[in-house]
Amino acid sequence: MSLTARVRIRVNGELQVTAVPARQLLVSYLRDDLGLTGTKIGCDTTSCGACTVLLNGEAVKSCTVFAAQADGDEVITIEGLAPAGSLHPVQRAFRDEHALQCGYCTPGMVLAVVSLLRELPEASDADIRRGLDGNLCRCTGYTPIIRAVRSLAAGAAHDPG
Amino acid sequence: MIPAEFGYRRAASVAEAIGMLTQDEDARLLAGGHSLIPLMKLRLAVPSLLVDIGKVAELRYVSEGPGYLAIGALTRHHTLATNPLVREQAGLLAAVATEIGDPQVRHRGTIGGSLAHGDPASDLPAALLALDASYLVSSPAGNRVISAGVFHLGFLQTALQHGEVITEIRVPSGTGSYGFRKFRARSMDWAMAGVAAARTPSGIRVALVNMGAVPLRAAAVEAALSAGRPAAEAAALAAVDTAPPADTSASAGFRRHLARVLTGQALADVDAAAPGRAGSVE
Repeated sequence: MSLTARVRIRVNGELQVTAVPARQLLVSYLRDDLGLTGTKIGCDTTSCGACTVLLNGEAVKSCTVFAAQADGDEVITIEGLAPAGSLHPVQRAFRDEHALQCGYCTPGMVLAVVSLLRELPEASDADIRRGLDGNLCRCTGYTPIIRAVRSLAAGAAHDPG
Repeated sequence: MIPAEFGYRRAASVAEAIGMLTQDEDARLLAGGHSLIPLMKLRLAVPSLLVDIGKVAELRYVSEGPGYLAIGALTRHHTLATNPLVREQAGLLAAVATEIGDPQVRHRGTIGGSLAHGDPASDLPAALLALDASYLVSSPAGNRVISAGVFHLGFLQTALQHGEVITEIRVPSGTGSYGFRKFRARSMDWAMAGVAAARTPSGIRVALVNMGAVPLRAAAVEAALSAGRPAAEAAALAAVDTAPPADTSASAGFRRHLARVLTGQALADVDAAAPGRAGSVE
């Protein structure tokens, strides 16, 4: 019986074909094997959202997915969200609205927002708050984060304040 | 946190998964993993082998069966919350799924996984009990159907035998208005207590989340309602014959209080003229 698993995972557009320990979590594969340390480990208990990545375009918590489960899937981490040297619109909005302080939650927060806006391009304030239920920020008090997302939600009322 | 080592095999079909499971009595089935993986990280679950059915496409569907809505066991909470057929024919399930965990959890967690895990603090098992659902189970011996009312045997214990796989959840047609209420300290938490109520062809059914070792029918409430008592009077009986846990988030007494209050609110939603709506209190 094998304690490892063969996987083919496309990470930030690059196909990875490798064997991983069956018990290796996706977050560990991304950080330790691929060096993609933009994905953070916060609580390690499916709560804080710092490890959020896009799996086939949807936000998931990579501390609660085995790398083996991502076989055949496409993963986007914060490093792969926009071409090198440029910012994704969500990243730009976070910068413009000062939606971060220490920055530890930011990669996960940004990817959660990308997933949210794909599903609800016209997200209301209530949608935004619900859509970020799974991401904790201990610095900002969330207000500038919500302002950043609101600035991107098409059709949402823009708050000049 | 790193789980203990385990073997890993990917199943391409239900039949293959059953075959793999029966070769190892400590094997566990892996679906979305959002109940099992946290337990494995804490080493509260130490399976020797995981049989991964996460990619078995034949278990992802929602379709209309004869007299019931058929939901494939690998249907994710996100799909339950957004699928038009579920929303139209089993609105209570969609409403409940919308409030499970957070978006990331809903993208991975599955209805079959939630049932097989058997946690009385989970919302879907109680909702399915209120809806009088049944579960189609496959094993080497063939298929059998288990009613929601006899599926949960104890804390994290179900009627599933080793080698049995839930393949389909069946929700009887004809459910009318419904109500769902739960109380949480934080938005992503499990319910301290919760109530699912639905108007079914056999009367209003009420089921409780986290009020005992298994999801419970609020039998006293249902009996009072069918005897014509007012909803408020019936709701006061919501904690009868319950055995809620006491932990750091709530005492047993507070959970009983919540069950009574939330049942009153859920029944008010059932009574409302609207075809069905639900809400939760945080």
